Amino acid sequence: MRTAVALLGLLAFAAIPGSVLPQRNVATDPAAVPQFMAEHPRISPWLDRLGLFEVYASPWFAATYGLLLVSMTGCVLPRCVRLWREARAEPPKAPPRLDRFEHHRETSLDAPAGVVVAQAAATLRGRGYRVVVDSEPDAPCTTGETGEAVPGQAKARAEVRAEKGYAREIGNLAFHLSLLVLLVGVAGGKLFGFEGRVALAEGDTFTNVASSYDAFTPASLADVDGLTPFSMTLEELETAFAPTGPRTGEPRKFDAQVTYRTEDGAEASTSIAPNQPLDVDGTKLFLSGHGYAPRVTVRDGKDETVFSGPVIFLPSDGSLTSDGVIKVPNAKPTQLGFEGLFLPTGTPMGGDVSQFPGLLAPRLDLVAYSGDLSMDTGVPQSVYSLDKTSLTEIESQSLRIGETMRLPDGAGSVTFDGVARFGNFQVAYDPGKEIALAAAVLLLIGLTVSLTVRRRRVWVRVTQYPDREGVQVETATRSLTRRSAPSEDTDKLMQTLNRLAPDLAPDLAPDLDPEAVRSLS
Amino acid sequence: MNIAALSDNLVALAIGIYAVAFTVYAADLAKARTGARFGARTRSTTPAAVTGSANPVDSPVAVDPDGPPEDVAAPDVNSLLDRSDRSDLSRTALIAGRLLTIACGVNIAAVVARGVAAGRAPWGNMYEFAMVGAAAIATAFVVGSRRHRIEGLGIGVAGLVLVCLGLAVTVLYTPVDALIPVLNSYWMVIHVAAAIVAGGVFTIAALASGAFLIQRRRERANDSTSGIDATSRGTGTGLRSETLERVSYGLIVFAFPIWTFAVIAGAVWAEAAWGRYWGWDPKETWAFITWVLYAAYLHAQSTAGWRGTRAAWFSLLGYAAFLFNFVGVNMWISGLHSYAGV
Repeated sequence: MRTAVALLGLLAFAAIPGSVLPQRNVATDPAAVPQFMAEHPRISPWLDRLGLFEVYASPWFAATYGLLLVSMTGCVLPRCVRLWREARAEPPKAPPRLDRFEHHRETSLDAPAGVVVAQAAATLRGRGYRVVVDSEPDAPCTTGETGEAVPGQAKARAEVRAEKGYAREIGNLAFHLSLLVLLVGVAGGKLFGFEGRVALAEGDTFTNVASSYDAFTPASLADVDGLTPFSMTLEELETAFAPTGPRTGEPRKFDAQVTYRTEDGAEASTSIAPNQPLDVDGTKLFLSGHGYAPRVTVRDGKDETVFSGPVIFLPSDGSLTSDGVIKVPNAKPTQLGFEGLFLPTGTPMGGDVSQFPGLLAPRLDLVAYSGDLSMDTGVPQSVYSLDKTSLTEIESQSLRIGETMRLPDGAGSVTFDGVARFGNFQVAYDPGKEIALAAAVLLLIGLTVSLTVRRRRVWVRVTQYPDREGVQVETATRSLTRRSAPSEDTDKLMQTLNRLAPDLAPDLAPDLDPEAVRSLS
Repeated sequence: MNIAALSDNLVALAIGIYAVAFTVYAADLAKARTGARFGARTRSTTPAAVTGSANPVDSPVAVDPDGPPEDVAAPDVNSLLDRSDRSDLSRTALIAGRLLTIACGVNIAAVVARGVAAGRAPWGNMYEFAMVGAAAIATAFVVGSRRHRIEGLGIGVAGLVLVCLGLAVTVLYTPVDALIPVLNSYWMVIHVAAAIVAGGVFTIAALASGAFLIQRRRERANDSTSGIDATSRGTGTGLRSETLERVSYGLIVFAFPIWTFAVIAGAVWAEAAWGRYWGWDPKETWAFITWVLYAAYLHAQSTAGWRGTRAAWFSLLGYAAFLFNFVGVNMWISGLHSYAGV
């Protein structure tokens, strides 16, 4: 147990740095670690070497909980064996002095010893105890513990030994073993699952193959080529924001209307909202973010429409001031590129910052470039930035919906047609989560049982003195847990015994144990 | 007056009554302490005369000239624990207890009014959370003191609740408003409610553990100075620290499964809201740390040599982690739970 306490303390301590330092593959902000490293160039390499940027995947963290689980298993398995033996063995004999234990009661009864014993056994059995009746216990010959026995005179004794609360141990074992099951569930997700992210503008369709994700993080053993086949179209994304009050602009509603098609050709419409994911055969899609995608039409120098549609702009603040880039590689005579700033509510007073996240006064500021977009170099480019090495700025303008910016020297034009919304969808597949949930339920039940059930033993000793009428009854309880045993059982027992009439015959009491009575009479 | 304003006024009223309860508890402590002191000098007087002899207003604790500061704290707790084992409470303590119960009722009424005004479970931001948390602590104490003799912790409870509500109305106050979409789930009702209930009980357990540590130290000091063997003291002060230990153990045993449930419910909600049931978000991490520390406490309780003082430290550490999770993580660490209004 001391090992367990020490390792638990160590585990708690080991988990702390991960909550203070930015973490890879954990934090919501993937740029957090590089940013921290740039700000703290001296200590960062050392922190990195110690695994402090990925604490929960680091060898030393794994070693801590690994040791804990090994020590736990080593402790729990022998306990299983012991419980098995104890549950089959008889409850131990009563100690010589019962008055040292809890709920000690003593009374004289005017009833035959056999009846009293049988009634006590029946009552305790009725209360869920495992009961053994001992008609001639090898009582230690320390006479005088009742203070009334006359030396030399024989006295007949009988004992009832009862034990209850094995469920406590079972719960305890279930709790500890469920932690191992939980580990299996967690490992299932970490080995076979995947996580992905995709941004879809209204009207866009997504097909569930690895290449159509914006970001895709498969686990080491994930079946990347065998993703659940389906496709999904974002029809409309409804949003609402608090229009007034101290929390103006705070989100109030997101609701993505989608249509999806599964492998068998079935098509269905549904909505994806926060707390309301779409589940397609275990692959779940969550609405995790949103923003605007201005619709633009670009015509080149030959007045050909070379681009038309929504372009996803990334929000940079809570009021959805967004940045984005439009690349038109097939424009003639030269390639065209645009850097844009989009404000859903762009007022003259507000400058280059949106005043509200809703679409009250949309404004699109574009800077046009012409030249070579450098897209043929073979180096992958981000869709959110322009490589300006071979580009020249030719024009810039602030546009409202419907307005067109003409480019100089007959290079073409760009029209701000309108605004679509886009949704960020988090896609997750975790084959181990059902196991983890089952483990968690087992854990909770086991824990509750092991903490609430109180294992205890009850002894009833019935002593008959040859020179006296009636019997002396003594009972006591021993709690096998830290908390004291409840007294209801003893109270109920004494109540029942006190009701026994002196002339009660064994066959009149229906709930008596006939075997026990026979062995005594 | 609309319901939202009614809730605000009820909070103010609750603060007022809590403050009076706190003052009465303090007066009772001062009385008991001066009574104990007085009693030490005049050992022959009857107990009734001893407790009734001192006037709290005339002999405040703070201006007592003799004894170093540590000495001031220790007898306070000592006398407070005297009461927890005494068969009947002093009248002032009884009055303070009643006041605390009334304040708790007003506090709960404020929570209900807030819920009605907002049309949802009233724990959607830090202000509401602090308000409900205060009610949970007070309720845990009021209910707990029916089963255990923990009336002596009343002053600590009143003090903590006052700090909690004071911060709520000054720093955290937010008018009634709708929820942001990600919080709009029945899991919020379940997960946060379980966390608040567990938190209320953990608070009382931590108070008991803290009092236990002080009391245990004092007993040790008494033993070494008076030269009495600890085992032979019979029904001396030793029983009192044992009472406190039993109380904090019982409360933690009660609250730990609830906390476990809160964490599991949070994981289920996270799976539905963010696509993963566990992601080591700072809030999740600290919930885990809290859980592990209380697990360590329970293991320490069944380890020879770790029971008592060492276990009590784990109880306090667990509570510190719990508290940090609700205050520190929201204020200093950004994560997915950062929307809570601070």
